[in-house]
Parts: sequence; C-alpha cells; structure tokens
Amino acid sequence: MITFNQVSKRYPGGHQALNQVSLHIKRGEMAFLTGHSGAGKTTLLRLIALIERNTSGQIVVNGQNLSRLPTEYIPYLRRRIGMTFQEHRLLFDRTVFDNVALPLVIAGYRHQEIRRRVRAALDKVGLLNKEKSYPITLSGGQQQRVGIARAVVNKPPILLADEPTGNLDPHLAKEIMNLFLQFNQVGVTVLIASHALGLIKSMGHRTLILQQGNLIGDTYPRR
Amino acid sequence: MKSPMPAEREPRHTAKPPSPTTAWFSHHLYVFFFSLGQIARTPLPSLMTAAVIGIALALPTGLYLLLENVQDISRDWGGAAQISLFLNKNLTETQVHKLAEQLLQRPDISTIRIITPAEALEEYRTLSGFGEALSALKENPLPPVLVVQPAIPQTDFTAGEAVLDSLSQLKEVEVAQFDMLWLKRLYAMIEIVRRGIGILATLLSLAVLLVIGNTIRLSIYNRREEIEIYKLVGATDAFIRRPFLYIGFWYGLSGGLIAWLLVNLSFWLLQAPVKKLTALYYSQFELVTLDLFSSTVLLLTGALLGLAGASLAVGYHLKDIQPR
Repeated sequence: MITFNQVSKRYPGGHQALNQVSLHIKRGEMAFLTGHSGAGKTTLLRLIALIERNTSGQIVVNGQNLSRLPTEYIPYLRRRIGMTFQEHRLLFDRTVFDNVALPLVIAGYRHQEIRRRVRAALDKVGLLNKEKSYPITLSGGQQQRVGIARAVVNKPPILLADEPTGNLDPHLAKEIMNLFLQFNQVGVTVLIASHALGLIKSMGHRTLILQQGNLIGDTYPRR
Repeated sequence: MKSPMPAEREPRHTAKPPSPTTAWFSHHLYVFFFSLGQIARTPLPSLMTAAVIGIALALPTGLYLLLENVQDISRDWGGAAQISLFLNKNLTETQVHKLAEQLLQRPDISTIRIITPAEALEEYRTLSGFGEALSALKENPLPPVLVVQPAIPQTDFTAGEAVLDSLSQLKEVEVAQFDMLWLKRLYAMIEIVRRGIGILATLLSLAVLLVIGNTIRLSIYNRREEIEIYKLVGATDAFIRRPFLYIGFWYGLSGGLIAWLLVNLSFWLLQAPVKKLTALYYSQFELVTLDLFSSTVLLLTGALLGLAGASLAVGYHLKDIQPR
C-alpha cells in the first residue's frame, strides 16, 4: 500500500529530514512510526500525502508513483488518505458537524449522505452529542477525535496520524489508539507517528524507528 | 509484494460520490448563496467596498449620459448641416425658382427654402438695427439665397462636404457655405469629450479591478488557515477559488447597482432645473436617462469587472498558500 524506495528529503536550507529510507507497508497493515522529535516522523507522513515532495527516491502509494503525480492530481490523492494532525487543524468558526463534513462537501456528496456519514463518524469517535458545538469548547482529546472523525468520514483506504496522543493522559491516549485499531480491523491501512514508546509497545504492532532521518529499526512484535 | 492482488478486499468504498457534474452544479449553487451570506455578515465594510466601486462606475456612466443629452439638444437645434447658397445677384426670380426645382431633383438634397433679396432685406432690417441706413440704399444689395438641406446623416460631415463642393461648382452660385459651422465644431468637441470619457472609463474600470482584487486578496489572507485545511483534506484549486470568484461577482454587481442608483438620483436632481431652462427655449427637450439596455450593460459591466478582479487576485495569491 505504501512503499518507500531510497527516499530522501532535504529541506531548502540544507536540513536533511529523511535519508535513504526504504520501507513497505502492506494493505490492511497497522504500523507505528517512532523516534525522537526531529527524527523525521512528520516529514515521512507529509511525503505520503504529498504535502511535501521528496528530493530523491521513489514513493508508491496505493499503486500510484507520487514522484510522477502532477500537482493537479494531489487533491484526489489526499481524498484517499485520511490524516490527523498534531495541532488538529480544525476550523474554529465551524461546528463539529461542519468540520467533519468538510471532506464530503469537497467530494460533492449529497446532503442526506453527508448527514448520515458525519453522524456515523461522530458516533464512532463518541462525539455524536457534540455535533453542534464549536471546536474551541472541546478538550484536546475531543478535538483530536473530531480530527479522526474528519479523517475517516470519507472512508479512505489509508489513515495517517501524526502524534494523535500528543498531550493526552494515558487513559485517553489508549482510547484513541484503540479507535485506530478498530479502523484497522475493518481493513484500513494505518500508520501512526508517535513518540509514546510505552503505549506503542502495549499495542503490539509493527514499529518503524527513525533516528535523524535514518530508518534504524523495523520490528514486529513476537507473539 | 508489489502488485496489488485483484482479490484484495476493499470494503470501505460502498457509496460512490455523485457524478462530477452534479457535484459541480450543486456546489456552484451552494457557493452562490454562501458567498452572498458572507458579504452580508460584514455589512458595513462590504457596503463601503461596493460604494467605492459604485462611484467609480457612476462617474463615466453619468458623464456619458450627459454627453448623450448634449448631442440630443444639438440635434434638436441643428437641423444639422444646412447649406446656404448665395446666388448671382443678376438672377431673376424665375431663374432662382427654376434652379431650386432642378436642385430638388437631386437625391442628396431633401428640402430647399428660397429667400428672395426682398425677404432678406426685410429680415436684415428688423434684426440688424440698421433700418434707417438701409432705407438710404438706392437698390437692394442682397443676393437671392437658397437654403439647402442635404439628405445625409446629421453627423456625416464628409458627405455634407461633398454636397457643398458640388453645389459651389454651379455657375449660378457665388458662395456656398455651411450655415452651421458652429455645429460642426460642437460635434468635434463632443468627439473629444467622448474620447475623454472613454479614457476615464478605462482608468476607472482599472480602479474597480484593483479595488476588488485588493479586497479579495485581504479576504484570501484572512482565511489562510481555512484554505490550508481545505487543501489538506483534498480540495481542488477550483473548489477553493469558487467562493472568492462569487464574492468578486457580488461586489461588482452591487457596485453596478449603486452606480445605477447614483446616476438616476443625479439625473432626477437635474430634471427640474433642466426643464426650467429648456422651457425658456420653447423646447420639447426630454432628459435622456438610463434605459433598460444601458442599465443592463452597467450592471453586467460591474459584475464582470468584479469577476475579473477576483480571478486575477485569486490566481495570483492562491498559489502562495500551501499547507504547512
């Protein structure tokens, strides 16, 4: 589903964020991406959604070679990738419902369909009673869950999460992780960047370890 | 590993999004009203922007209308370019009449009025105030005159010139000249003013374009975060552009509407004094105002300028905004 082949990313200014990274994540797989801050976790996720372009190497997502993808096709790639962000990236002047509905509105779904799907997604993350609230009135964990609902409402085959448990207490963090696990169980390929090592270990999934832009570990839990 | 297996499950794509055309159309409809709502949410700044556009459009429109009116008046007065033929003094009255009849046969002449020397003298006596002096004259020094109305469009001076030329060739004619040289000059002046208004209109249209462009630019940067998020969840550039284009359209249209109101108000204010003035000239003059056609043109011009200004601004600034 996601293949990196000798991928490097160097930012203008010279910072080498990723260095010759090769990896493959199978369809329906769930994997964690870990490492210290600045190790390149966020960069790697951003390359998959083409928020940034790699400087060298080859990335193939869902059978599509991203290096050859023209800029005007990027929106359609992103519609097939659900993504959550560390700082949530919600629209603060819109209700929770409108925030979650955004990908559907963009894709041009009908009103009733939007309504149905948004409510289903909000129900999934346990925020159905908050659909008319504004994000500013929600806690950090709830905002993160609104972001997750927005990421999955379009039923994308790939879900990327950047530090989804950032500032959450361990109990809430575990809840969020279980949410991702549930999406994975219905066939979504999930890749989560996180530095919460303990939590990752307890989840028992494949873990990729980055250090200063190099992939230094790729471990499968022993069962 | 590399090739995706055909039997691989893809259970998460049940309901397909609607066809692109339906989605496109419904989004247009949605944005059409949404953008109007967005303008209405900030009534005062929006009104001010629209007013600037309105004044900029009203100025050339009003001047143009004024010019139309001047032309209208001169048409009333003019009877356009009459030609006076001062004939040979020795011609008898019968000869003069015969010549007049001959000339009337020509296709480029519509009417002819004969002024005999006696009539001319009488007119001169009453109008000039030299009555006494004229009585002292032994014989009438004035020639017979034919006042010729060429059958040509009023403003076509080249054709008038040609008629004048051919008439002055006649052996009975001593002098042939346009009666209304001043009219010719007036039309020349009107032409200059018209050109001036054209230039002014172009400049002010440019101003409208810049005003709308700048308004849209500010609105784009105010919504920068929103645009980034839209891009992150897969919005196309066209999707993001659309509301801004509609906002430009609405600004332009409401500017056109304000211009229409301003022009009509101004002409309404002019109506009474103009009536008073023209009454003194015993004229049936009616002030020309914006008719249906020019009103439509005005509104359409506003809307198109709005759209153009917005699309310039959006095309230029949206590229700068890429998600962080």
